[in-house]
Amino acid sequence: MRDEAAHARSLVLAVDGWQGHEAGQHVDVRLTAADGYQAERSYSISSAPRASQLELLVDCVPDGEVSPYLTGEARVGDRFELRGPIGGYFVWTPEYGRPLLLIAGGSGIAPLASILAVRAVAAQGLPTQVLYSARTHQDVLFNGRLKDWRRDDPALAVSLTLTRSAPAGWTGYRRRIDAAMLREVAFETSDKPIAFVCGPTAMVEAAADALVSVGYPAERIRTERFGPSGEST
Amino acid sequence: MDGDETSPVSRGFVGRRRSKAQAERVPPGQYVTPEFPVLSAGPTPHTPLEQWSFALQYGAERIAEWSWSQFQELKQTRVTADIHCVTKWSKFDTRWEGVTIDTLLEAAGLATAPTSYVMAYSDGGYTTNLPMADLLNGRALVATKFDATPLAPAHGGPARLVVPHLYFWKSAKWVRGLSFIAEDKPGFWESLGYHMYGDPWKEQRYAGD
Repeated sequence: MRDEAAHARSLVLAVDGWQGHEAGQHVDVRLTAADGYQAERSYSISSAPRASQLELLVDCVPDGEVSPYLTGEARVGDRFELRGPIGGYFVWTPEYGRPLLLIAGGSGIAPLASILAVRAVAAQGLPTQVLYSARTHQDVLFNGRLKDWRRDDPALAVSLTLTRSAPAGWTGYRRRIDAAMLREVAFETSDKPIAFVCGPTAMVEAAADALVSVGYPAERIRTERFGPSGEST
Repeated sequence: MDGDETSPVSRGFVGRRRSKAQAERVPPGQYVTPEFPVLSAGPTPHTPLEQWSFALQYGAERIAEWSWSQFQELKQTRVTADIHCVTKWSKFDTRWEGVTIDTLLEAAGLATAPTSYVMAYSDGGYTTNLPMADLLNGRALVATKFDATPLAPAHGGPARLVVPHLYFWKSAKWVRGLSFIAEDKPGFWESLGYHMYGDPWKEQRYAGD
């Protein structure tokens, strides 16, 4: 396991019989207490597909039931149950061929990191743009990996936007993702790109709406939302 | 994960216990949230009400169609129900208002449904398949209000199907009609590995459950 930020941790899991997955998919994790009580949650796979191993990114939800355990209590050698891989729509394979636009908010970078890992092996040179929204610079997860992938491949562009605070001298964006930002960084619709958007519900709603408003057809925008809606209900 | 097998104990995991009354209301593998999370495969459609209609369709034949204002004229029914999403959250006592499928059939002049299955279809191309029996006798609603206010687009507004006794992906957002089909066939998520029926109490999440 590896801490990615103060609130997020990568878990590397050895799984007997695991056949690999498609980039973008998730798994269900089930924890069992000593008296048999169980809790299940879904987590995106952040690693490239391979047999017998996968990596999950877990962001600690304050007051959560499962994520504080996985990011705090769990130790190397612990065992728990997995089911998956799950999900057949929010997936990407190199055969898609189209320019690739990846938009992440917070820990929504996880399934997109899996996509980028596949791309780095099987589709280097594919025009790809990453737009990643995080609260602060410390909350940019997988920053090292993003830098490595970008260094190896000029066809990959990464833009960051920080919504809460930015370090001195920050030259990137400093606001939530909006249509004006997409006009600056996203592929022209005439390039026929495919977009994957993953993050908290409000961020995905806003980014997907903005993509539609700049002309991306809805059928080429795939979304994965997580967490509460942020609306009072 | 099969609940019949012995699960390894997760060292140090305690979890958040529920009261017995709550436990009896929560299907296996679910947790209760006061929030209203959102799960959708793509962007949220925003169909203007003047372009909205709801139809009953049988093959190429349009059996009935209602504009937004005609739909509001139909008998409105209120339902309070617990809902269960396949992504594990459940929400208690959600309050919906709209038109039951019974009312729609009656308004269309149908004494019975012409087939045993329907495919619900939505703006944005979403579809989901349901047995007709699960939509009748007040068990399903085309809802236009949540908590007595117009249903928000992110939650499926202007209208969504509400079938609370099945996993919530069956409650199609942005629904525009029901198509009667002679034989059951998979809709959007059902053709991507999710269960054809989706009973939360039997934990029918994925194909083969």
